[in-house]
Amino acid sequence: MLAHPCLVKMPCPNPVTLTDCAAIVRGLRGIVGDDVIDDPAELAAYASDGLTAYSQLPLAVVLPRTTADVAAVLRFCHDGQIKVVPRGSGTSLSGGALPLADGIVLGLGRFNRILEVDLDNRCAVVQPGVTNLAISAAVAADGFYYAPDPSSQIACSIGGNVAENAGGVHCLKYGMTTNNLLGVELVLMTGDVVRLGGRGLDGPGYDLLGIVCGSEGLLGIVTEVTVRLLPRPESQRALLLGFPTMTAAAGCVAAIIGDGIIPAAIEIMDRPAIAAAEAFVHAGYPLDVDALMIVEVDGPPAEVDYLIAEIDALALAAGASTVRASASDVERTLFWAGRKAAFPAVGRIASDYYCVDGTIPRRTLPAVLTAITAIAAAKGLTVANVFHAGDGNLHPLILYDGDQPGQLEAAEAVGAAILEECVRVGGVLTGEHGVGVEKRDLMIRQFTATDLAQQTRLKCAFDDRNLLNPGKVFPELCRCAEMGRVHVHRGATRFPELPRF
Amino acid sequence: MVTIRATTAAAVADAVRDACDRGRTLEVVGTGTRRGYGRPVAADDVLNVGGMAGVVDYDPAELVLTARPGTPIADIAMLAAAHGQHIAFEPPDLAPLWGGAAGSGTLGGTLALGLGGPRRPFAGAPRDHFLGFAAVNGLGEQFSAGGKVIKNVTGYDLPKLMAGSLGTLAILTEVTIKMLPAPRATATLAWAGLDAAAAFVLMTQALGTSAAITGAAHIPARAGPATTRLRLAGIPVAVKAGIAALGSLLSVFGPAARIDDADAFWRDIGGVHAFADDADLVWRVSLPPSQAVAFVTALGPDDARWLFDWGGGLVWVMQRADDDIGRVRRALTATGGDGHATLVRARDAVRRAVPPFQPLAPTLAALTARVRARFDPSGTLNPGRIEP
Ligand SMILES: Cc1cc2nc3c(=O)[nH]c(=O)nc-3n(C[C@H](O)[C@H](O)[C@H](O)COP(=O)(O)OP(=O)(O)OC[C@H]3O[C@@H](n4cnc5c(N)ncnc54)[C@H](O)[C@@H]3O)c2cc1C
Repeated sequence: MLAHPCLVKMPCPNPVTLTDCAAIVRGLRGIVGDDVIDDPAELAAYASDGLTAYSQLPLAVVLPRTTADVAAVLRFCHDGQIKVVPRGSGTSLSGGALPLADGIVLGLGRFNRILEVDLDNRCAVVQPGVTNLAISAAVAADGFYYAPDPSSQIACSIGGNVAENAGGVHCLKYGMTTNNLLGVELVLMTGDVVRLGGRGLDGPGYDLLGIVCGSEGLLGIVTEVTVRLLPRPESQRALLLGFPTMTAAAGCVAAIIGDGIIPAAIEIMDRPAIAAAEAFVHAGYPLDVDALMIVEVDGPPAEVDYLIAEIDALALAAGASTVRASASDVERTLFWAGRKAAFPAVGRIASDYYCVDGTIPRRTLPAVLTAITAIAAAKGLTVANVFHAGDGNLHPLILYDGDQPGQLEAAEAVGAAILEECVRVGGVLTGEHGVGVEKRDLMIRQFTATDLAQQTRLKCAFDDRNLLNPGKVFPELCRCAEMGRVHVHRGATRFPELPRF
Repeated sequence: MVTIRATTAAAVADAVRDACDRGRTLEVVGTGTRRGYGRPVAADDVLNVGGMAGVVDYDPAELVLTARPGTPIADIAMLAAAHGQHIAFEPPDLAPLWGGAAGSGTLGGTLALGLGGPRRPFAGAPRDHFLGFAAVNGLGEQFSAGGKVIKNVTGYDLPKLMAGSLGTLAILTEVTIKMLPAPRATATLAWAGLDAAAAFVLMTQALGTSAAITGAAHIPARAGPATTRLRLAGIPVAVKAGIAALGSLLSVFGPAARIDDADAFWRDIGGVHAFADDADLVWRVSLPPSQAVAFVTALGPDDARWLFDWGGGLVWVMQRADDDIGRVRRALTATGGDGHATLVRARDAVRRAVPPFQPLAPTLAALTARVRARFDPSGTLNPGRIEP
């Protein structure tokens, strides 16, 4: 894919930092020894994250091994006013881990140990570089698992999940990362270490854990994570449902939820996505439908069978033309095969695709999908849709050809217009992939200047020099120092002409 | 001291700006039923926002409800029930602890306290269901955060920060919460006569299964025998399957009685109504469940009363008013120190002298103070409620 570093404007590199590069690397080596990379060829591996359209070589990459090292590196950077970009596995789809020319990348890959599995308290304490799936694997033999399951779970790190508040296909029933997170150890930009939460629920004081989760690496470096474990459901079954129209499929989702059922997952694919997936994995998907839906339920077999029958009836009433219930785990896996391979499948029919991520009120689904097709068509592009239908989280995949001049820009413009449409109908810019650099400049569509000022002021409480992942999430950095002036409010005069007693 | 009433967001903003300009501080109250929680506020004036009430929007199929904060929880519960839904974190009916009427809580007050009921370990706390809000910060600025859809990661998750912040960061003027289908069937299993250690083992074994458990509590023997209870909820076949599975798994603890209508029991557990009509000290101790037994043992065998909720993850303690008040936190430290104790009820003078909230480590306390200053730099809102 085409690397296109100039599409997004990042904060101006600090010329002093760039000139001092060699001294900075020496200083870092003084702290962590050989765990510093500054060879450009090796740095190239860190130039992008999952949003590969953007790339930038960092000043250096530091790969510390202990919390004390992280704290020392941050203190060094704080003192030297050096920017820091945290990085887990680099699978972010919003450019959250995109390096800065005048900043170091702080990689957590060496924090890769599961520290403790505590089944009495149904939790696990792990280092942030452990992959999402490794946690579930470590407790599988005991009949437990970690519920949030982003599609990237074999690769993405739990620290990255915390930073992005990652979701997954099962978060309709089991929640996002934030709902399954008990505690973190966090190193602030000053090198101070704080513990938020723990093995008990609802820690004392403000819920800082709640804002650190999803803060996209802007508030601190997560160096330890305590997650909640759940008993693995006894059984799972899925229904494969085809609908002649997207409106009928959306009606079916509303009917299921209106009936009081929260399935483990409800996924929908549209016609272009079905065709691409079927051609790729031959899952036996019907090709004569406008919408294909997978509904999964889990729990004791009696419950699962009962719900499958009930959803089956609801689907027929909603006009489903295909209704197949999995009779075995093999069949269930086959239903999922196409959905899980949807991205690479789309990758086969277009040389490039760009994945958008917004949430809408579900009632607006058919209208928004129609609008998306029209938005893309106006730029001469097509879109395939796969989405988390239960919670209205859309993932339009915009197909384009990066080798054609102007197509990447067109794809980005289509993505932005789609997200604006999401906001216009009462939804939000991102349901699970984060704002990063990708949606940063769209934040003003969802929030007022006052809203954004309040959020950036919060960052100042954690990082008053704006050194941690600057240029991400917010269109403008907060001028933290200006907060001082606010204090003048007190005792200062709004109506100086009026007498006061 | 004057009382200012504000019934719109704009009026709240005006009142706060005016207070800032005149260098005055405000105690923010809704119905005032939870004034006994936290440190007594020492403010110049009172800002009453209880008049901002009413549901703004409720679309059951979207699982989302938007309301003004003064809306009574009871009203929302009734509205939701008509659509087969409920507020899944089970708002605890705590007002009676401070002498208020049962069932008198508001949505805003519930979110401001941030405490979940017996379903909390299974369905989440208020924070987990708080999707978005509009508010007025300590500068008198109207701002909003979060959204009105159930899945959203746009910007910092400020609803989480607002939940439990007791009006010390901003004054909520409109809130959006997640609603969920209410279970179609519920049943409670009860075992009699277990001691704390056995009750913990029972609950832990049960919670290690995939049975649809939504409550796990233990009340030790006092006037009557000890009772240990598990609540199952879901579709009828799931409840039935759960009862069968648990019955055989837990048979060593003796026969379980099945109680079909235990709503009152769980309401009383959530609001610790056993400790309501009293003047004694009430503590709420949140800790890793595995430390609960050691904690109550460390408390000592004398007249402190306690009960377990959340499978042991929440211990409520009632202590005689003239008892050594340091005992609860000392016992907690002695047990491992991973928990925290909140002094939920005590006379004003006591809550001024003893920090009602567990003191934070110095770096965390400093960070907390900085966070507060970024919302309310002059300390206008509810001064002293959390920290002196
Ligand atoms: C094929 C594919 C499928 C995906 N599917 C999903 C999905 O289903 N659901 C979903 O939610 N996401 C999905 N993602 C996105 C991505 O995997 C998640 O956002 C994931 O949480 C990122 O984890 P990571 O370790 O790769 O983090 P990175 O990409 O390395 O970093 C992500 C952000 O977190 C910060 N960060 C990383 N580690 C830390 C730390 N220890 N402390 C502080 N900040 C840190 C970084 O600065 C950056 O801002 C998918 C990505 C791909 C490529």
